Amino acid sequence: MDVVMQDIKTVVREFLFDNFVMAGNVTIADDTLFMEEHILDSTGFLELIAFIEETFEVRIYDQEMVPENLNSLLKIENFVRRKRGDLSQDARG
Amino acid sequence: MSRSQLHPGILAVDCEAETRRIAQWMTEIVGCKLRRRGVVIAMSGGIDSSVCAALAVRTFGASKVYALMLPERESSSNSLAGATRVAEQFGISYSVEDIAPTLEALGCYHWRDQAIRAVFPEYGPDWKSKIVIAGGHEGSFNYFKLVVQSPTGESHEARLPVREYLQVVAATNFKQRVRKTIEYFHADRLNYAVIGTPNRLEYDQGFFVKNGDGSADLKPIAHLYKTQVYALARYLGIPEEICNAVPTTDTYSLQQSQDEFYFALPYDKMDVALWAFNHGVPAEDTASYLGMTPAQASFVYKDVVAKRQAAHYLHATPELVEPVADPDLTRCQEFQCAAKRS
Repeated sequence: MDVVMQDIKTVVREFLFDNFVMAGNVTIADDTLFMEEHILDSTGFLELIAFIEETFEVRIYDQEMVPENLNSLLKIENFVRRKRGDLSQDARG
Repeated sequence: MSRSQLHPGILAVDCEAETRRIAQWMTEIVGCKLRRRGVVIAMSGGIDSSVCAALAVRTFGASKVYALMLPERESSSNSLAGATRVAEQFGISYSVEDIAPTLEALGCYHWRDQAIRAVFPEYGPDWKSKIVIAGGHEGSFNYFKLVVQSPTGESHEARLPVREYLQVVAATNFKQRVRKTIEYFHADRLNYAVIGTPNRLEYDQGFFVKNGDGSADLKPIAHLYKTQVYALARYLGIPEEICNAVPTTDTYSLQQSQDEFYFALPYDKMDVALWAFNHGVPAEDTASYLGMTPAQASFVYKDVVAKRQAAHYLHATPELVEPVADPDLTRCQEFQCAAKRS
């Protein structure tokens, strides 16, 4: 899948809705925290990591598997863009 | 409300009183509630099952306790020796049943090795393996690493991708589930109840297999921290070599301690951390008491919460669409009496 130009957040959000059973009218905002909102458990994060690695063709190292990089759509977008070199040093949050 | 503080006595236990309390409780549960004639217990040679067996003998007498040793291909020979020694010391009847042929027939080893070979293609029959937990106590998400050792002793380690991780665990869970099937065979045969042997750390944090070692009719030490189980073991006269052994899972072919498999810390520190968390002790105080940084203690607290959430599924009983009343024994008896009168 060519997702270079696609919105990373949209792709990940679709994955979450496709892969996980979401009850009722769950909405995932860009800054919804997966862990705190019980959207993902520890196995869920492993599935998410596998999806990100395959889809965006990045290798996530052990020390990068932290909430700061993966706990919301916004964090994932920033993380993936940093990994792909899309963000300049100044933009790294 | 005064804040709970950590001190060396937090896990102290009055062994005599606690033994009496558990014995009274087991008598009521097995005799009155479950209406069974005795108990079956699988003995691993570890501290928890040894203590449960000794408690069962104190409660029911050795003649009403039946022990099972259920080794498989990858069990340590020390486990069987330890379990046998405890059973004989307490006069418990037992049988040893090798579950390896059953596991082989079910595909336990095949499925597990297939997943391992997806990560290490050179992995073969003479190799050894284990999985170790990582991440949680360092602030990362929990994940597992696969460690393999070649016949020449060379070790290799790699992070387990999620599919392979799930397959290794699912295949390995056959071991605990087959054991439980055999325990219930003997329990049915003897009209006995099955004792489950988790301590508080294991029960709280989900260190068990659903419908495997997590299944039982009663769990006499699930309220006790591991430190307290050791105290009880010494009080009950469990052999020193069992009291002094490092707790292992005895599930993988490479030696694997429980803390490297599942817990963030060795059991004695984990006990203190869990007690502190349960009593609202701030992470900074726990850090200072255990000689770690506040950040590390905070990660351990978060890990306790994450594992408790994961354990929710393991503890869950089957869900029903709507509440269905438990069979009301009183009403059943009334109905039977009425039926006889009519």
